[in-house]
Amino acid sequence: MVKIQITNLNVWYEKQPALKNLNLGIYSNEILGVIGPSNSGKTSFLKTLNRLNELIIGSRTTGEALLDGESIFRIDKHLLRKRVGIVFALPLPLPLSIFDNVAYGPRMHGLKNLKKLKEIVEKSLRAAAIWDEVKDRLKTNAFKLSGGQQQRLCIARTLAVEPEVILYDEPCSGLDPISTLKIEEAMQELKKNYTQILVTNNVKQAARVSDRTAFFLMGCLIEIGDTKQIFTVPQDKRTDDYVTGRFG
Amino acid sequence: MNKFIEHRIENLIFLSGIASIVFVVLIFIFLLKEGLSLFSGTNPIAFLFGRNWYPISDPPQFGILPLILGSLLVTFGAIVIAVPLGLAAAIYVAEVAPTWLRDILKSGIELLAAIPSIVLGFIGIVTLAPFLKNLFNLPSGLTALAGSIMLAFMAMPTIVSIIEDSIVSVPKNYKEGSLALGATRWQTIYRVILPAASSGILAAVMLGIGRVIGETMAVLMITGNAAVIPTSILQPVRTLTATIAAEMGEAVAGSGHYYALFAIGIILFIISFIINLLADFFLHRKKQRA
Amino acid sequence: MDVKTKEKIAFAMLLLATIIIITPVAFIIILLLVRGLPALSLDFIFGMPREGMRAGGIFPAIVGTLYLTLGTAVFSIPFGILAAIYLNEYAQRNWLTRGIELAIINLAGVPSIVYGLFGLGLFVTFLGFGASILAGSLTLAIMTLPVIITATREALSAVPWNFREVSFSLGASRWQTVRHVVLPNAIPGILTGTILGLSRAAGETAPILFTVAAFYLPRLPQSIYDQAMALPYHIYVLSTQVPNVSVKIQYGTVLVLVLMVFILNLAASLLRTHFRKRKTW
Repeated sequence: MVKIQITNLNVWYEKQPALKNLNLGIYSNEILGVIGPSNSGKTSFLKTLNRLNELIIGSRTTGEALLDGESIFRIDKHLLRKRVGIVFALPLPLPLSIFDNVAYGPRMHGLKNLKKLKEIVEKSLRAAAIWDEVKDRLKTNAFKLSGGQQQRLCIARTLAVEPEVILYDEPCSGLDPISTLKIEEAMQELKKNYTQILVTNNVKQAARVSDRTAFFLMGCLIEIGDTKQIFTVPQDKRTDDYVTGRFG
Repeated sequence: MNKFIEHRIENLIFLSGIASIVFVVLIFIFLLKEGLSLFSGTNPIAFLFGRNWYPISDPPQFGILPLILGSLLVTFGAIVIAVPLGLAAAIYVAEVAPTWLRDILKSGIELLAAIPSIVLGFIGIVTLAPFLKNLFNLPSGLTALAGSIMLAFMAMPTIVSIIEDSIVSVPKNYKEGSLALGATRWQTIYRVILPAASSGILAAVMLGIGRVIGETMAVLMITGNAAVIPTSILQPVRTLTATIAAEMGEAVAGSGHYYALFAIGIILFIISFIINLLADFFLHRKKQRA
Repeated sequence: MDVKTKEKIAFAMLLLATIIIITPVAFIIILLLVRGLPALSLDFIFGMPREGMRAGGIFPAIVGTLYLTLGTAVFSIPFGILAAIYLNEYAQRNWLTRGIELAIINLAGVPSIVYGLFGLGLFVTFLGFGASILAGSLTLAIMTLPVIITATREALSAVPWNFREVSFSLGASRWQTVRHVVLPNAIPGILTGTILGLSRAAGETAPILFTVAAFYLPRLPQSIYDQAMALPYHIYVLSTQVPNVSVKIQYGTVLVLVLMVFILNLAASLLRTHFRKRKTW
């Protein structure tokens, strides 16, 4: 089942093209890996899906992207961002307590009942595989956590608004291998209920984690297919060169 | 309901945003409203260039040339004192002073900026004026020179901090490149850093001028209040600002004198408008270069 | 003369210039303390003026200044903060925004006596408030607006952009983001800038000359429509209009104003340091 259908999507920042004529479909409950060298448009791709790129001055988008059949450009962008969440490259906790970080999203969407908030916070922290580590210190400031813990907190924060799609923008860059492993395991667990798109600079991570992989180069989608196929018998020479490390 | 309140708040935010423009326009309108009435009776040329300011004589004469010259003289004197000193101090604080001293000096300059101008005017009357009187053997120390000195000190914090900012924002590699070629620190400063900071220096001078031309109370107290065309800096003078402050209390609302004082206000408003525009232009140019 | 010597001389001149600027500051403070402290007594601070202000206290002037500062705060702080929010969080890069920025720069540069004329023309005469605390506060508020806006803008832009992006990514609206993420983290800077702006307003004389200041009032102001005495104006009157005032009283009054201003500045400085230490990010 197609969760997001993208047709002829183009994005410019101040007249410079960032995404050129993108056409692809994203299936429900899959993990789609997105690989490619820097400046290939991977992050722009993610940020267009939840219209965060509109915050950038001088951005222009044409084309269509349908979420469950509805155009993302017609859905109210605040609701869209609730349905399509994002985890950024650097752990970015808000300067609040652990509890308030996770509760921030639901509160902004109108949830005030403290009991319900507590339930959501616990559920999200569990799903992000960090509940046991923080359950006794929910009131401490989020910046006191380690980098890996902060990033899992950010995942919990994104989960708390109960999205349908989770976007990851190089979430493990700068994290130690153990934290990376924990996050990759969490992503596998989340497959049951969420569609996930993982942008990563680490080709091996895409090979480990994703069901399908898409290769971007200079704003264009070069190839997309089952991860096994992309990494063993890619159809495009450029894909082959990239995954074997001939350029990076 | 939330959306409704939020919309109202954002309306209020927008209105507050444009409030500044509204106020500038409002100030100008009210100055014009009262000031232009003068010109139904008096010729604008006679106003701007007339050599006699006798507002309470019969018939009154509203020539503000002595006042303009008074303002210019005092301002010029203040800038001549403040810019070299301020530039030197800014260079010292930014490039030469050891770190521990830098903080003390910056605090000292900030302290100077915090002193209300009325206090500086008072200090000027009780210390500077008698000093000048004795030094130059004058009938009174309340002169343009006293005003220039006090105003120079008022303008200096502004000048020092803007120039210091400019110097600090000169890219480090300019400085390092020069030193690597064997230039001394001083040579680097006057050959590389100062030219690079020139926009900021110009902006500082403009803002210093603006600060000085607009000062009222200190000049009122210390320049002697003689509305005559000055021939030397050791004479009492009267500035545009001091005239308004000194005479508005006695001007009858609706009289020619009243309108004349508002007309002076128009002149001051226009002068400060131009100066601030120029200063902003120079500061903008500095930002673009950097 | 070789370059090294030239440099030594140059640096010595720079130091000399800096000393020339700093020394008077120390001189002024010492002078005020030495001549003014003897005047400070409970009667001086809390008593009413007597004998045409040649004796007694300056309480009404102190009270007047406090009222005016409070009034300035009430009128300038809310609008100043909202205007800064507009400029920093909502405004696009267009002509209107540039116009607002230029307007703020101009308001900051308008001579204080012109504000006095404006206050006289608009608040005292046209709106009919008469010379009153209301008119004086409004005039001072417009004069203080640019300071508050600038300080608030700086405080707002010091809040990292990332925080905003995170908030938007969770589906929060722009106002929600400002209210819950940006403002709370900008409060220290806003507070500091506001206090500094108010301390400037407290020391101003020209804007209150025709809008509120009274020469001598037998009792304290009872309402915002009353005139009031104020410290800066009192200093002006004592040192130029009233003959035979004792030097002690003059210096005492000046010292009180300077102490008020310095206490406010010190409070702002301490707040700044305190919050800088507590910052978690």
